Amino acid sequence: MSPKTLYDKIWDAHVAHEADDGTCLLYIDRHLVHEVTSAQAFEGLRMAGRKVRAPEKTIAVPDHNVPTTEGRDDPAQMTEESRIQVEALDTNAKEFGVHYYPVSDVRQGIVHIVGPEQGWTLPGMTVVCGDSHTATHGAFGALAHGIGTSEVEHVLATQTLIQKKSKNMKVEITGKLKPGVTAKDITLAVIGETGTGGGTGYVIEYCGEAIRDLSMEGRMTVCNMAIEGGARAGLIAPDETTYAYVKGRPHAPKAGAFEQALEYWKTLFTDEGAHFDKVVTLKGEDIQPVVTWGTSPEDVLPITGVVPNPEDFEGGKVDAARRSIEYMGLTPGQKLTDIEIDTVFIGSCTNGRIEDFRAVAEVVKGKKIKDGMRAMIVPGSGLVRAQAEEEGLADIFREAGFEWRLAGCSMCLAMNPDQLSEGERCAATSNRNFEGRQGYKGRTHLVSPAMAAAAALTGKLTDIRELM
Amino acid sequence: MEKFETFSGIAAPMPLVNIDTDMIIPKVFLKSIARTGFGANLFDEMRFNRDGTEIPDFVLNKPQYRSAQILIAGDNFGCGSSREHAPWALDDFGIKVIVSTSFADIFFNNSFKNGMLPIVLPQEQVDVLMADAEKGENARMTVDLEAQEITTSDGDVIKFEVDAFKKHCLLNGLDDIGLTMEKEASIDAFEAKAGAARPWV
Repeated sequence: MSPKTLYDKIWDAHVAHEADDGTCLLYIDRHLVHEVTSAQAFEGLRMAGRKVRAPEKTIAVPDHNVPTTEGRDDPAQMTEESRIQVEALDTNAKEFGVHYYPVSDVRQGIVHIVGPEQGWTLPGMTVVCGDSHTATHGAFGALAHGIGTSEVEHVLATQTLIQKKSKNMKVEITGKLKPGVTAKDITLAVIGETGTGGGTGYVIEYCGEAIRDLSMEGRMTVCNMAIEGGARAGLIAPDETTYAYVKGRPHAPKAGAFEQALEYWKTLFTDEGAHFDKVVTLKGEDIQPVVTWGTSPEDVLPITGVVPNPEDFEGGKVDAARRSIEYMGLTPGQKLTDIEIDTVFIGSCTNGRIEDFRAVAEVVKGKKIKDGMRAMIVPGSGLVRAQAEEEGLADIFREAGFEWRLAGCSMCLAMNPDQLSEGERCAATSNRNFEGRQGYKGRTHLVSPAMAAAAALTGKLTDIRELM
Repeated sequence: MEKFETFSGIAAPMPLVNIDTDMIIPKVFLKSIARTGFGANLFDEMRFNRDGTEIPDFVLNKPQYRSAQILIAGDNFGCGSSREHAPWALDDFGIKVIVSTSFADIFFNNSFKNGMLPIVLPQEQVDVLMADAEKGENARMTVDLEAQEITTSDGDVIKFEVDAFKKHCLLNGLDDIGLTMEKEASIDAFEAKAGAARPWV
């Protein structure tokens, strides 16, 4: 038998039907659903008189629209349209009998944080959701990717997706990371290297010592942004770190079933000599704390750098860079550490987990955020929030001057009331710095949680290593 | 889904690279629970001032491109979120075909599901079409999916590739779910086999 990649193995284990031209029906083990991309799909089922084929494998949670302030059960906190979307999910979840975590449930949160936390996401699974950051679940060695609403309806009705296989790409991060460098810096540095289209047509497997050394939280951060590199999915082979995280979660297999699953999970690795169509290697020790300067996640530079000159680029990127720099209100040659910010957002499916908050607490403990700074920390789930309260992190944040919020997507995409105003500049731990992403004419610099914390203290983009 | 028929239409040039789904349809317009009506807010922040007035320089606001049906775009079109509202907005505006050197994966798939045709061509050929589109409303291109050809206003013919299954679905206006349900026996068989091998799933 020819050697296989991890992606090959998971793919092969899920092909329910293959046509002569290679078009496959890929069986889906877990379907996660949120309120923004599902209403039209459920409505489609209703109009065609169809049912959800596997409601026991379908998990719904509202996250994009929900307010993150106290008293959010009050409908007045949401716009009419947001309320209609959340209510539609309530109704659809009940009517079609899928698992559901409503806003009032402590387990509610961002769908990509709730899935792993509840043990829905397991190694070797196929996981889809009508959300591009489904790539997050790849951290478990699960093949996970975002789909559109038509595909959501397709999966609801048939528990399969029509797919053709992607190519294999390996991203290896060798060696150890230097102090102050995190999973977020790895994933941004990779996109800086490959560009936002570099992964198009591929499934990425991240490997190497620096990846192995990461916790599950860090691995989720890395895989989360595979989509920003254009890849269909990102994967990390499961290992002891993965098994330890999964064990004991509410929906993880128990006792004998766990042992049986474990035996299978241990076969989920890329065989020696398996073929990759593309390979990218970065040295862990070369990666520095990074920030984005522009309006594409590929606009990445070490914090020690300067705003580039558009003329330094080639082809269509020259105009794109010029547009970005103008939008961002920057000047070529300006030191990145001279960029003043007025808002800090810490949270999202990229960096809204407990480890991220511990990193922030370490930086801000006993200190105060800069005068006039608006800084908010939004947990990825109600359970992350509860744990942070228990560990005393929430007190550290409040004392430092942060707003400590309830769980949701919040200012990552600003569909709820958490938004930037025109011209405001934000250091954000989220995943997209697109024009208008965090609010009309708002400006976003993507950073790690520790770097966001540092910026909150100093009021400027800051090299975290100088505060260590 | 409507069948994709050969048509001649106006092509609008949008050479910007990395046009993302937040540009195509900003999130404030994702709150509808319908599939239609998004065209009014297509490219909203690039197309309109905050007071709702048009930004005259934006390509789709120029008189010659207001009824464009084809978009010739820069590299990596449709990157970002999985929102199908992006192709819904384009379709609702009247855009049926988008040509670029590359597309983001999810956007590419979403387009086909809505009877739209994204076409990938090498840079030199996109350059030819971009130059043709720059000519304005007199430059009508013809898109023939059956023959896999785009004919420029000068009569030049450019061939393109398209996945055979997706082409079949577009030409016949086929509904994916209906097609898959015909293979229900395969799904049942897979479920039984996988359920035995991996009962914890």
